[in-house]
Amino acid sequence: MSRPRTEAEYLARLVPPSVAGLNRRSLLAGAAGAGALLGTGLLAGCGDSDSDSGAGSKTVSVGSNASDPTPKDVLAKLAAGFQSKSGVTVNINTVDHNTFQENINNYLQGKPDDVFTWFAGYRMRFFAAKGLAGDVSDVWGKLSGFSDAFKKASTGDDGKQYFVPASYYPWAVFYRKSVWQQRGYQVPKTLDDFNSLGAQMKKDGLNPIAFADKDGWPAMGTFDILNLRINGYQFHVDLMAGKEAWTSDKVKKVFDTWAGLLPLHQPDSLGRTWQEAAQSLQQKKSGMYLLGLFVAQQFNENEQDDIDFFTFPEIDSTIGAKALDAPIDGYMMARKPKSEANAKKLLEYIGGVDAANIMVKGDPGTLVANTGGDTSGYTALKKKAAELVGSATEIAQFLDRDTRPDFASTVMIPALQQFIKDPKDISGLLTSIENQKKSIFTS
Amino acid sequence: MSDLPLVQADRAVPPPAATTAPRGRGRRLRLLSGTDRVVITLMVLVPLLLVVALVWLPALATVALSGTNWDGIGPLADIDWVGLKNYDDVVNIYPPFGPAIQNNLLWLAALFVVATPFGMFLAVLLDKELRGSRFYQTALYLPVVLSLALIGFVWQLIYSRDQGLLNALLGTQTDWYGDPNVNIWAVLFAAGWRHVGYIMLLYLAGLKGVDPSLREAAAVDGSSEVSTFFRVVFPVLRPINIIVLVVTVIESLRAFDLVWVINKGRNGLELISALVTANVVGEASRIGFGSALATIMLVVSLVFITLYLFTVMREDRR
Repeated sequence: MSRPRTEAEYLARLVPPSVAGLNRRSLLAGAAGAGALLGTGLLAGCGDSDSDSGAGSKTVSVGSNASDPTPKDVLAKLAAGFQSKSGVTVNINTVDHNTFQENINNYLQGKPDDVFTWFAGYRMRFFAAKGLAGDVSDVWGKLSGFSDAFKKASTGDDGKQYFVPASYYPWAVFYRKSVWQQRGYQVPKTLDDFNSLGAQMKKDGLNPIAFADKDGWPAMGTFDILNLRINGYQFHVDLMAGKEAWTSDKVKKVFDTWAGLLPLHQPDSLGRTWQEAAQSLQQKKSGMYLLGLFVAQQFNENEQDDIDFFTFPEIDSTIGAKALDAPIDGYMMARKPKSEANAKKLLEYIGGVDAANIMVKGDPGTLVANTGGDTSGYTALKKKAAELVGSATEIAQFLDRDTRPDFASTVMIPALQQFIKDPKDISGLLTSIENQKKSIFTS
Repeated sequence: MSDLPLVQADRAVPPPAATTAPRGRGRRLRLLSGTDRVVITLMVLVPLLLVVALVWLPALATVALSGTNWDGIGPLADIDWVGLKNYDDVVNIYPPFGPAIQNNLLWLAALFVVATPFGMFLAVLLDKELRGSRFYQTALYLPVVLSLALIGFVWQLIYSRDQGLLNALLGTQTDWYGDPNVNIWAVLFAAGWRHVGYIMLLYLAGLKGVDPSLREAAAVDGSSEVSTFFRVVFPVLRPINIIVLVVTVIESLRAFDLVWVINKGRNGLELISALVTANVVGEASRIGFGSALATIMLVVSLVFITLYLFTVMREDRR
């Protein structure tokens, strides 16, 4: 990215591939081919190396998408820690982040590694329901330090756990403390406060809300949080699962509310990348920005302490403001691991406190999922982010992780961009989404 | 330029017959030795197999898959046949489809009407041996050589709304990439920028091959520069003209890379090729639906291929 600082680099790695990929993909289009070749080579290699390790063996393989240096290093340390504790050797097969995600269907249907990296959310539950992932409920019986929200996020449709969380980051409204102090802005508690704050910022010559949707995904964050605030978590999850109608008044209210807020958003967002929007916040041209914690990578090292955030204010007092988007990264087990015992032992280790401490030390930009980890190394921003997620009653995973990937990318992205272009024809837009949803979800 | 391979390809077969022509067709084959026959069989079979395996089978598989709802998961036996539902969905409930067809046609028109003639014009200018013509040649051809990722990046720097060169120079706030009424023109300009260089090089090569005596004769007859070009040089360059035309059509049908780099073919930059990729490649895996889009694209291409073959064959018969 444009301003590589150590902190920024760490935070950059918090970006999930579904999010970072869109951008990295376009910048490194050339590298992708090489990555794909490398990826298939490594996958093929893993099949060979595993064939000699029968049942009761002393090895376990991990398919990893941690292709960036720092997370890769952390995983290597975790593997070393596990090996010295259990005597089981860990073979790590690292594949380029985006390649891993795009090939996941073929990967899981072929010969996957015993344990593999993935994300919580609809896709995880989908693989579990298709029988492509192994049940790890008994591992969860031995884990401690996870909030209920994390356990809920790791549970499949059948009530069993299929996922062990490792790290996460929250979405919130970010701002610069210095700007707010200078102008005397107060954190809004309700939508009305939020609106009047925006109006005040506009009067002061700021863009109230920085906004960018050139890549199609950032607007999903706005939709998510409005739907969570207006209709609550359960409706959001059901809507994402295709169980609720997009044409309902509840969804219409979300878009109506959004349309009311659009004048406060930075104009011409469809040509802007999130980096440019974040820089407008950094340059004090915008007042606030609803984005993930990775927004901090667009700030200089000496400005990191100036970043603060609040969770999106309450809209409906019966629903409150306790739910939020906080995508969780973690590990899953293959449907038929070569050595199930070793795979489960490894997952138990990864979910444990020792592993959490290794992650905190090795990758200071990561928020560790296990609350038992020693987080004294966190910056104030990260401490606050961890508190925010810890106090959340429900955690959503972000639209493109909470619903079918085909629906998210081929229907929702064009639809949200259409809405931003022309916020007037909401019912026409919702009818179009509903028609496409019916076709996709019934196929 | 009369012996250009593209137009001449099918005339390459007769020559062996020339020596044995009087004996007639049936005799000619018997004159080939056993080795010759093996070689000829292999030369026919290997390319045939490659074409069938790499072109025809995937194309037919695409058409077949377009009638299914396969999502890339599970064995082929689980695929459900859904008939024409995908086509119905494409036409009736998929909003990006209409703009995509429009944009593909617009792309064709823009390259054909503006970029291609301009490239030819530049080639004619460079053919005049101006001072520094090699420099211009390189400069104009450079966009074709540059890698795609780099081109996307270069234009992002120019077109960015907040930090771009263009808005800084003009003092405007135009959202070049984000405004769906503007971005297609911005991208067409970038595409034309590349296309001009390509056509220029092709045409320049053709112009270099024109017999200078033709021009001299025209000049002696008192023909002006302009009428010499249109009445003498242009007709002589017919094979090149056909290639330029075909290249233009191909480039506009397969236009994909620039819009994909810019915003994955969304928000005003829809192209059929980008929609196919968005649906089939990656996590989305709407393989049946994407195949229906690809089949539509195949049909559109077939129209142009048929027109082209028809013209070329009629040409040969004459």
